[in-house]
Amino acid sequence: MIKRLFNFQGGIKPDSHKNESAGVPIRPAPLPARLTVPLRQNARSVARCIVEPGQHVLKGQRIGEAQDFLGTAVHAPSSGTVIEIADHPMAHASGLTTRCIVIETDGDDRAVPMAPFDYANTDRLTTLGYLRDCGVVGMGGAAFPSHVKLGSGTGIDTLVLNGAECEPWITCDDRLMRERADAILRGAKILRELIGARHTLAGIEDNKPEAIAAMQEAAKGIDPAIQIVPVPTRYPAGGEKQLIRVLTGIEIPQGKLGSAYGVQCFNVGTAHAVYRAITFGEPVLSRVVTLTGNVEHPGNFDTLIGTHVDALLPLAAPQADTDRYILGGPMMGLALTDLSVPIAKGSNCIIASSPALFPPAPPERPCIRCTACASACPAGLQPFELYWYSRSRNFGKAQEYKLFDCIECGSCAFVCPSHIPLVDYYRYAKSEIWARERDTKASSEARERFEFRNYRQEREKAEKAARLAAKAAETKAKMAQEGSAPENADDAKKALIAAAMERARQQKAAAPAVTGNDTPVPDPTAALPVKPTEDAAASTTPPDQHAQPR
Amino acid sequence: MIHSPYIRKPTSVQRVMLNVLLALTPGIAAYVWQIGAGILVNLLIATITAAAAEALVLRLRNRPVKLAVSDLSAVLTGWLVALAFPPIAPWWLTVLAVLVAIIAVKHLYGGLGQNPFNPAMVAFCAMIVAYPSLMSQWPPAGGLDFGTQLQLILGGARDLDAITSATALDALRTGLRAGAGSVEAIRQTGTFGMLGGRGWEWIGLGYLLGGAFLLARRVITWHMPVAFIITLALVSAALWAFDPARFAPPWFHLASGGAMLAAFFIITDPVTGATTPRGKLIFGAGVALLAYLIRNFGAFPEGIAFAVLLMNICVPLIDMKTQPPVFGQRGGRAP
Ligand code: SF4
Ligand code: SF4
Repeated sequence: MIKRLFNFQGGIKPDSHKNESAGVPIRPAPLPARLTVPLRQNARSVARCIVEPGQHVLKGQRIGEAQDFLGTAVHAPSSGTVIEIADHPMAHASGLTTRCIVIETDGDDRAVPMAPFDYANTDRLTTLGYLRDCGVVGMGGAAFPSHVKLGSGTGIDTLVLNGAECEPWITCDDRLMRERADAILRGAKILRELIGARHTLAGIEDNKPEAIAAMQEAAKGIDPAIQIVPVPTRYPAGGEKQLIRVLTGIEIPQGKLGSAYGVQCFNVGTAHAVYRAITFGEPVLSRVVTLTGNVEHPGNFDTLIGTHVDALLPLAAPQADTDRYILGGPMMGLALTDLSVPIAKGSNCIIASSPALFPPAPPERPCIRCTACASACPAGLQPFELYWYSRSRNFGKAQEYKLFDCIECGSCAFVCPSHIPLVDYYRYAKSEIWARERDTKASSEARERFEFRNYRQEREKAEKAARLAAKAAETKAKMAQEGSAPENADDAKKALIAAAMERARQQKAAAPAVTGNDTPVPDPTAALPVKPTEDAAASTTPPDQHAQPR
Repeated sequence: MIHSPYIRKPTSVQRVMLNVLLALTPGIAAYVWQIGAGILVNLLIATITAAAAEALVLRLRNRPVKLAVSDLSAVLTGWLVALAFPPIAPWWLTVLAVLVAIIAVKHLYGGLGQNPFNPAMVAFCAMIVAYPSLMSQWPPAGGLDFGTQLQLILGGARDLDAITSATALDALRTGLRAGAGSVEAIRQTGTFGMLGGRGWEWIGLGYLLGGAFLLARRVITWHMPVAFIITLALVSAALWAFDPARFAPPWFHLASGGAMLAAFFIITDPVTGATTPRGKLIFGAGVALLAYLIRNFGAFPEGIAFAVLLMNICVPLIDMKTQPPVFGQRGGRAP
């Protein structure tokens, strides 16, 4: 059956450079002496550390626990001793450090016992909790927790499996599909059953014929509901929304989740991780990383999470004129400023860059309004207008022109004849807007604090007044008892009662929050969302939350 | 710090401009073949003036000179001025026009990318107002040898009426206003060819070829030329059907004057045109409609330059009102 495909607007066709690294099978990267496992998994969530320095851990042992909505567990990728829990630089645009568990490996690679998980006879929520505790996140780059995506409810018709891998140079998904199509498709079947979808569409760019063939071959025996669909090679066809569009025709607007439109998208690497977690009880301990670019031996390496980039690089033997390294693809990747950063679950590729391979951009020229950028924009934006408003700091206008619909795919900058680093301007504008929002939030919090202080002062005043009144009443009562006019006794009693009542009221007001003492019982699925709020993809969510095209 | 993307398409402003200059060559070749080589002299004068003016202004504005002059945008403006002007315009007229275009229209507004008005068209309008007679003396196709053309350009004595003629648009208009008979009768005279002005049809064809090249190279999008040509054809067909004795047929309008040059090279100037797809359609159609009205009812035989300037004024409004829907806003499953 020939699947009808849809077109997404815009897009570009950069040289794919896949051949460099796609020819060699995936090799395991050697066990490094030290693993630095980040506790932070995404922009919003940090796992809680449950080990202590000096403690010996086994491979697969849980060392970090999910503690909030978007949290997932973290595991020791190999056996060894926890030597430190410290802040360490991470590969992130912000350049911020994050809390990491540093493990000195003992070379035994001894594992905790792992057992298959019988998801067929378990209720859905428990299965999702299990995946969360196996640390399964999106392996396509965004590292969005899979159990959250899976939890977004039923009524989903189609599971989209993302094997497009549209970013040039990266081949980890390509190799994974060639070599482990079976595992991927079994994982996809589990995912499909978990979201209750009727069919699965696996989109693979047609520049990967081997991967397509392998997947088609494997699909035959596994799940008749899976269809392997070659899609035209055009960046960013691997963007989640672009791929959904190509395969189903559905356009999911910015800020909306696929589940609302009956589709849900997972990366092939994620499907693979789900398969390993369910079938072998193995949490996410490693991932395939492409090492390519200006290197002697490009290839793909099965790399333990937490392996330092500089420990990994010698495997590919970078050439002498390499001047920097890019984590991710050349369209959306991040130039590493620190090579000691660890490989995280979303780190898919490291490209050695040299001035010859990635020449610096020619000098920036004025925008000539040629609209080449608009023709290339997959989000349907007018990038030059965004550029203009970002540059002139007219952020309101930039938002009017849908700045936050920009997925930072870089297509506009790629085609711009004036060599304007357009995406930099958008990042700048977005961060300025976030900063302003934070400021507004901070100031409104300050106002709240101020109002609370006023309230407290008022309350204290009232209490003082009440105390004084009570005292006066007491004195009066005493005087009455000491034999003054008997008619006063009643008054004194009244005053006493009034004062007591006033005290009681004050006490009540002082502790408004305490309504009872029913301490919440810890619930194993407490952090498990049944339905992610729309907020998870709200309009000004930092980019980490967006699925990145790759 | 350097940010993504780390790769770029091998393109530049210079390449874009070079493509446009290249696309003009078939039209220029037809020009030389039909009218004579005088146009080459004017093109040369315009090129030198444009480059010198650009360099001078950039120098005064303390901008990198070499980079900006080598982007060829000024040269393109110069070429468009030369091609819009009579090929026997005296050298100083071309120089003056190019100076106006580069200094007053482009750089006083901030330089490349900033000017709201099409520089070549402002220069054209300014000169037609200031020197109406010089701007309306055109050599008849094949009527002047290169020596005479060169002499005229370099400022030789002008025995005007003997050697020059009006353009086809001008001749038709004068003829109609003088009551010299119907459109068909007037079009029998030597100024006219099969479709438009004699010889000019071929030049128009050359520009059309160049335009196709630009479309194929994606230097321009189809919207403006298509909207321009269709609108011009439709309005002229409507009035021609209404009264063929007073209104020329659509092919005459399309093949005469600067219609083809405008369709592919002038209205498509990115800096001063509309930018959204629908906006481009409106812009192209607007220029065609206004140009047609001016040709038939206005004070000048050729109205494209004025029409372009009028539409330039509307660009911000057009752009604002025609913002295309973004991804996900078009709704549903439309293919
Ligand atoms: S591609 Fe560059 S020069 Fe062209 S309109 Fe966009 S920003 Fe301006
Ligand atoms: S980076 Fe943003 S504006 Fe540029 S092409 Fe991609 S989505 Fe469009």
